[in-house]
Amino acid sequence: MSDYIIKATNIKKYFGGVKALDGVNLEIKKGEIHCLAGENGCGKSTIINIISGFYTPDEGIIEIDGQQYDHMTPQLAIASGIQVIYQDLSLFPNLTVRENLALNMEVAAGRKFVNKKRMNSIAEAAVAKLGLDIDLDETVENLTFGMRQMIAISRALLNDAKLIIMDEPTTALTKREVKTLFKLIKQLQGQGIAVLFVSHKLDEVFEIAECFTIFRNGKNVATGNTKDLNQDKFTFYMTGREIVSTRFEYTAENAPVVLEVKNLSLANGFKDVSFELKKGEIVGITGLLGSGRTELAETLFGYHAAESGDIIIDGKKVNIQSIKDGIANGIGYLPSDRVTEGLFLAQPISDNISIEKWSDYSNVLGAVNRKKVDDMTRQWAKELSIMLHDIHDDVGTLSGGNQQKCVLAKWLALDLKVLILNGPTVGVDIGAKFDIYELVKRLAKQGLTVIIISDDLPEVLTNCNRVMVMQSGRLAATLSTQGLEESRLAELAN
Amino acid sequence: MNWKRVFKSTEFYVAVVLLLLCMAVQIKSGQFFTGNNLVDITRAFSIPAMFCIGEMFVIITGGVDVSFPAIASMSMFIVCSEMEHMTSNPLAFFVVAMFIGLAIGLINGFIIAKFRFPALIVTLGTSSICFGIMQGVFKSREYPLCAPLYELGQTKLFSVTNSVSGLTSDMPIGVILMILLIFAGWFILNKTMLGRGIYAIGGDVKAAQRAGFNVFGILMFIYAFSGCMAGLIGVLRSTMLLAVHPNNLEGLEMTVIAACVLGGVRMAGGKGTVLGALLGMALLTIVDNSLILLDISTTWQKVFTGAIIIIGTAASALQAKRDERKLTVKLNEGGK
Repeated sequence: MSDYIIKATNIKKYFGGVKALDGVNLEIKKGEIHCLAGENGCGKSTIINIISGFYTPDEGIIEIDGQQYDHMTPQLAIASGIQVIYQDLSLFPNLTVRENLALNMEVAAGRKFVNKKRMNSIAEAAVAKLGLDIDLDETVENLTFGMRQMIAISRALLNDAKLIIMDEPTTALTKREVKTLFKLIKQLQGQGIAVLFVSHKLDEVFEIAECFTIFRNGKNVATGNTKDLNQDKFTFYMTGREIVSTRFEYTAENAPVVLEVKNLSLANGFKDVSFELKKGEIVGITGLLGSGRTELAETLFGYHAAESGDIIIDGKKVNIQSIKDGIANGIGYLPSDRVTEGLFLAQPISDNISIEKWSDYSNVLGAVNRKKVDDMTRQWAKELSIMLHDIHDDVGTLSGGNQQKCVLAKWLALDLKVLILNGPTVGVDIGAKFDIYELVKRLAKQGLTVIIISDDLPEVLTNCNRVMVMQSGRLAATLSTQGLEESRLAELAN
Repeated sequence: MNWKRVFKSTEFYVAVVLLLLCMAVQIKSGQFFTGNNLVDITRAFSIPAMFCIGEMFVIITGGVDVSFPAIASMSMFIVCSEMEHMTSNPLAFFVVAMFIGLAIGLINGFIIAKFRFPALIVTLGTSSICFGIMQGVFKSREYPLCAPLYELGQTKLFSVTNSVSGLTSDMPIGVILMILLIFAGWFILNKTMLGRGIYAIGGDVKAAQRAGFNVFGILMFIYAFSGCMAGLIGVLRSTMLLAVHPNNLEGLEMTVIAACVLGGVRMAGGKGTVLGALLGMALLTIVDNSLILLDISTTWQKVFTGAIIIIGTAASALQAKRDERKLTVKLNEGGK
């Protein structure tokens, strides 16, 4: 018997000629909550796939509960009590909760026929582990992400788990769901189960984990107790660069009002919202999901047509009925889901960045001048330091942060008055995150008015000069961020 | 049984429309619920319904098979033209045709499962090859049906005569095969782990793999099954027509796919029931057969079939779209 549930030593893994892991170590004690952090491509997923037996390491030793192996297999990993909760949860959206819970065990047992009774008892045993109250006949696709995650965890617990690996489990969760998840993780720990928690959000790491391991470029850069960690160290370990975040200072107090909203309402969206934004301001909007913040942004942009109220831009009342109207009035919108709403992933970077300019770049017959498109793309790629090989590569080949910069570039190429960013740094690496912050501040200094919609309170506090809090479709408070405490803002936002 | 779920299902709506249509035809003509009309409709329904079973297996995994009419035609033509003087046992014709169909199905399955090529393109290719071989190598043409199969085709379960019109309709023996195949399809999908695997693949291939399902094997099975059944159905069809018509099935793939979708089988995979697919096919068959009873010229048949397909699929697509972007913020109506 060993104190460690897992001890991976000097693990190396190459893909073709590319080094994914260059001799990393990962040690997790029994019943410990351990955080694994690192930027995209640092080797986090590779080590998870090695521990769970999907990849064979080129070198190194994996010791599980004192037993040494040179590699794992999926069956061996499961038999040793290792379970992975993937980011996509690996559930079947089209099947019922009962089937999702029971199928894996039934397949593993080599069953040939469906036995409703047996599946039911497996499913009931699974939900009993977490005390979930759920209709087993419900189809999984009708459930919230948080609920689906609970199902994936219950399923993992069926196999006598000793170590549960959660790959960025909080990315798609609301604040409240994160709380529930953390309570659950503590509960698992109480049962002696170790949890490897993959995340790059520092506040979460502090809240839940006792120990941490940070990877960078396939190497260990730091291991230790989370108590000894702070924001600056954490960022430095992850990115390898000293990042100093400066608070946004708004100095142009006498600037003209660019956008004024008066008693704006939208059915099942928001009601009687009024505010004024000055030129060059960065204003945060925070509030729970379902507070109407996204609906407000989408209405300013023209995705929904407001029911009543006025939108006044540069002192002139405008009528925004469609996205076309929104763009014509100088409003740009970076949606919360850039992948499905902001980009054409399978199209070139150049086309993604230039698409809103095509009408300017095309001749009478509608043929687009490719040279102008390419020149413009190169200019913006340089301006925003987008890391790319070739501007004609598909935008889907870029990392999340660089994809987000492409969406920004698309809007900046237009002559915007107001740019609305909805969750601009969700799923973006820390390094790219700070690049985006610096860019936004620079743009504001040049006179662009920016709205940042975000759950991330430190993000709002450091980058905005004012913050508006929405609750149940109402504008509940507008505050200056000067001297505003995070705890006070959190109180208001919940 | 959960009635709320039943009322929300596509199957329920298709069944209601089907019933209303039957009633309308009955009221207008008084001829719908007569023995010989029901036998005629069953007869017309049987062949496409059997194809529906194989096709829905494929669609549930997220693929599509457009090669079954070609497989059926080719297997049928080869056995009918080449085995005529070899045997007098009708069963032999069926068995050989099933093997030919199985072989093509395995090729489909292998290419699709191994290389993950789009099923539409692969089956489009094999379809063209099959028709090509039938025409080029076997010089296909209309051909009299050989004696053993002709005899089988004349065997009937029972006959019904309409007392008013004096018309007689025979229930073909193939209906038994249809019932067996429907039962087999239902059993595989609902009672076996293979069936769960078919749904699992349609839901999320990666998750199915991680769960330990043999994804390659399951995909091979469904295309092989579809091909094998196509061989069987091809010969069965010739016994019902009492002649060898090599190009008679061409185009049926679209009707079968439409029937599946109409009955709630999701094109993207993961959803669908045997009952739904059969109801969809029944609706299309009855529209096809009953317009004449409503005094609508048969030249309008295709227009009605097309309209039913569009309205039927649009209704469910609209439902999905409405659910997708509904605004759901609970407003605080009281003011600040």
